Amino acid sequence: MDHQMVGATSLSKVAEGQRARIIAVGGGGALRRRIMEMGMTRGTELFVEKYAPLKDPLEVIVKGFHVSLRVEEASEITVEIVE
Amino acid sequence: MAQAAITIALAGNPNSGKTTIFNNITGTRQKVGNWPGVTVEKKEGRVKKFGYDLKIIDLPGTYSLTPFSIEEIVARDYILEECPDVVIDIIDASNLERSLYLATQMRELGRSKVLFALNMSDVARARGFKIDSEKLSELLDVPVHATVGNKNEGVDALLQKAIDLAASSKKPSTGRKVNYSKDIESAIAELETILTPHFQPDISYDPRWASIKLLENDRIVLERLESALPEDAILPLVSKTKLLRQTLQERYDEDPEIVLTDERYGFIAGIMKEVFTASSRKRIDSSRNIDRVLTNRFVGFPIFLFFIWAMFQLTFTLGAYPMDWIDSGVGGLTSIMDSVLPESLLKDLFVNGILAGVGSVIVFLPNILILFFCIALFEDTGYMSRCAFLMDKIMHLIGLHGKSFIPMLMGFGCNVPAIMAARTLESEKDRLLTILITPFMSCSAKLPVYIVLAGTFFGPRAGSVIFIVYLFGIVTAILTGRLFRTTLLRGADAPFVMELPPYRVPMLKSLLIHMWDRSKMFLKKMGGIILVGSIIIWALSAFPRTTQYSHDYPAAIAHIEAVFSQKAKIADPAEQQALEWDKKDRLLDIQRAMRAEQTANSFMGIIGKAIAPIFAPLGIDWRGGVSLLAGFVAKEIVVSTLGVLHAVDEEGSEALRDALRTSGMTPLAAFAMMIFVLLYIPCIATVATIRKETSSIKWTLFSIGYTTIVAWLMAFIVYNGGRLIGLT
Repeated sequence: MDHQMVGATSLSKVAEGQRARIIAVGGGGALRRRIMEMGMTRGTELFVEKYAPLKDPLEVIVKGFHVSLRVEEASEITVEIVE
Repeated sequence: MAQAAITIALAGNPNSGKTTIFNNITGTRQKVGNWPGVTVEKKEGRVKKFGYDLKIIDLPGTYSLTPFSIEEIVARDYILEECPDVVIDIIDASNLERSLYLATQMRELGRSKVLFALNMSDVARARGFKIDSEKLSELLDVPVHATVGNKNEGVDALLQKAIDLAASSKKPSTGRKVNYSKDIESAIAELETILTPHFQPDISYDPRWASIKLLENDRIVLERLESALPEDAILPLVSKTKLLRQTLQERYDEDPEIVLTDERYGFIAGIMKEVFTASSRKRIDSSRNIDRVLTNRFVGFPIFLFFIWAMFQLTFTLGAYPMDWIDSGVGGLTSIMDSVLPESLLKDLFVNGILAGVGSVIVFLPNILILFFCIALFEDTGYMSRCAFLMDKIMHLIGLHGKSFIPMLMGFGCNVPAIMAARTLESEKDRLLTILITPFMSCSAKLPVYIVLAGTFFGPRAGSVIFIVYLFGIVTAILTGRLFRTTLLRGADAPFVMELPPYRVPMLKSLLIHMWDRSKMFLKKMGGIILVGSIIIWALSAFPRTTQYSHDYPAAIAHIEAVFSQKAKIADPAEQQALEWDKKDRLLDIQRAMRAEQTANSFMGIIGKAIAPIFAPLGIDWRGGVSLLAGFVAKEIVVSTLGVLHAVDEEGSEALRDALRTSGMTPLAAFAMMIFVLLYIPCIATVATIRKETSSIKWTLFSIGYTTIVAWLMAFIVYNGGRLIGLT
C-alpha cells in the first residue's frame, strides 16, 4: 500500500481537497445510523470536496456520490488522513 | 370481462429517477394526496396496459427502511401491510453500492415480489461503469431490468416484466439474502424459533425479518408484535431479545443495529466485486464543475441571491398580470351579476359573499403556478439541495434546516404558496416549525395597510417606518424559531446528512406535472374552506338587515332629489353638469353614512364594539378593531373596512387619511396597529393552508392563538412602552 497514515482526527478537521478513511462513526441514534446507511461505514474512504461559503456544512465525496454534513455532525466521525 | 388488477409499488433512493419513471408510466392520470395521518405526499396512478388494470404507487424516496423518518415508515408499512403484488426497486446504476443497501432491505422484508430496475444505465456507462446485471440478478435472486427513465427507455418492458412476475405462481423468492456473521445468524435463528409457532397469517411480517428487526431494537415492530402475539409469547420474546442484544453488544463492543448495517454493506461490497467494474479512464464530472461555480466561496451566494430574486420577480411581478386579468374578470362578473340580478338577499350573498370570497382565492392561482414551477425547476435540476447547502449555517441559527429559507422568503409575497413550499422539507418538525413562523414574514397584502397608516401618520418617514415593521416580523420569526426549537419542537433538528445529487436537465413534462399537482390541490381544498369562511364573514357584516338608523336616510335622499330637481329647473344649461355632480356627491355622502351605520350595527360591528376593550390598551378604537376582524378574510380588507366605517370612499385616499387623523388616532397607535396587523392571525386562505399542510386542527388553532397573542403583546408593549418614554 502506498497510503500513509497520519493519525486519527475528526472529519471536521480535514481540510478541503484531502482524502480520509473512516475509523469510527460516533454520535448517537438517528444521526449515526443515517451516516452509516449512506455508506459511510468503517474503512470507507472519502474526499473532502469543499466547505460551504460560511464554513458549514461541508461536502464530501464518498463511494462516488456527494454528501453534505454539518460540521458538528462531521466532528462525530473519526478518520485518518490518507496521503 | 373485468381486467385483472395488479398493484405495483415503486421504491428507491431519492434522486434515483423514481418519480420520472412514475410520471412516464402514469402520465397525468395520477392522484396526489397525503399518506394517512402524515404530510408525506402520496402519488397513485391507474393505467390499463397489456390487458391489465395497473395501480401504481410511488413510495417516498428513502435510503433505508429503518423507522427513523416518516418517509421510511410510510414506505415500509405500505409494503408490509398492503403487500403490493410487485415492488419495483429503482436502482441508480451510477450509484450502485448505496442503492443496493435499500435493495437488500427490500429483499429481506420477504413480503412482495421484488423486481430491480437498473435505472440511469446511460449515466453509469458514461461514467465508465460496467454492471453485470445478469450476475446481479443471479446473486440476489431477483429479476433485473435496465431502464433510462428520463428517455423513457425500457419502461414498458419493465412493466411487462412486473406483470409477468405478478402473474407467475412463484412465491416471493427466498433465495440469497444477506448472510450475517455466525453470532448474529444464530441470534436471529433463536428469535425465529420463538416467533414462528405464533405467527398467524394476519401478522404481516416475515419471521426472519421480524427477528432481525427485534435485534435492531425496532420499536414499531416490537409494538406490533406485542399487540398481535398471544400474551404468553411476549414475555419470553422480550427477555430473549434483550439478552441477545446484550450478548451481541459485548461480543462486538458496538450496538447490534450498527453491526448489522456494517455487515449489510460488507455483503454489498462482496456483490460489488462480482458485478461492478469501473474503467480507470479519467472522466469529466460536469456536475462537480458546475458546483465549483454555484457553491463557490465567493460567487456562490451572489448567484443564489440572483436566482431567488428572479424567482420572486417571476412569481409576484410576472404573476401580477394574470392576477389582474383574473381580478378584472371577477370584477366584471360581479358587476354583470350586480346589474342583472334583482336586488335581494340572495344576490347580496352571491355577489358580496361567494363571488368576492372565491374571487379572493382564485387570484392567487397565477402566483402559485409560477412559484411551484420555479420550485419544481430548483428541485428537478438538483439546485434545491445546493440552496440548503449554502443557507444551512444561517438557518441553523434559528434551529431550522437550510431548505426552510425558501418558504420563509416566499412569505414576503404570499403566505399561501410559502407554507405549501414547506413541503420540500423532509423532517416533520422542521416543516412544522417553518409553517409556524412563516406568517411573521410580512406578506404583500399587508403592505396597503402599512401604506395608509404610515403615510397618514409618518409622512416622509413612512418608508423607514414600514421597513422597521418588516424587520420586526423577521426578528419575531427568529425568536419564535429559537423558542419553539427549545420547547415545543425540541430535539435536534433532523441530521443534515443530505445528498447533493448530480445536476440534471429537467424534463418539462415532470415540471408541469409537479406544478399542476400542487396547484390543483390548492384550488380544490382551499376552495371549500374559503367559500364557507367568506360566507360567514359576509353574513356577520350583512346582518341584521333591519337597522334602526339614527337618521331618516331615505327622507334625506328624497329631500336632496327634490332640491336638485328644483334647482335644475331654474339653472341655465351650462350649470346643469355641475349641479348633477354636486347632487351625486351629496347622495354618495348619505349612502356612505348609511353603510357606515349599517356596518357598525351589523354583528361584525356589535362584536367589534364588544371587543373594543381588548383593543383599547393598544390605542386602537372600535373601528380599528372591526377592521382587524374583517382582515381575517384578507389583509387588504382592513383598509377598505376602515374606509367604510369612517364613511369615506376610495381606500387609501386623502379622505381616509383625514378621517383617521381626526378620529383621535396617534402616530404611536398607528404604529402599534401596524405591528398588530403584521403579527396577528393570518388570513383565512393561510389558515386553510396551515390546516391542510399540518393536517392537524390542533396546530392550526395553536398557530392562530400564538400569532394573535404575540401580536397583542407586541402592540401593547410598543404602544404603552412608547407612551412611557413620552412618544405620542
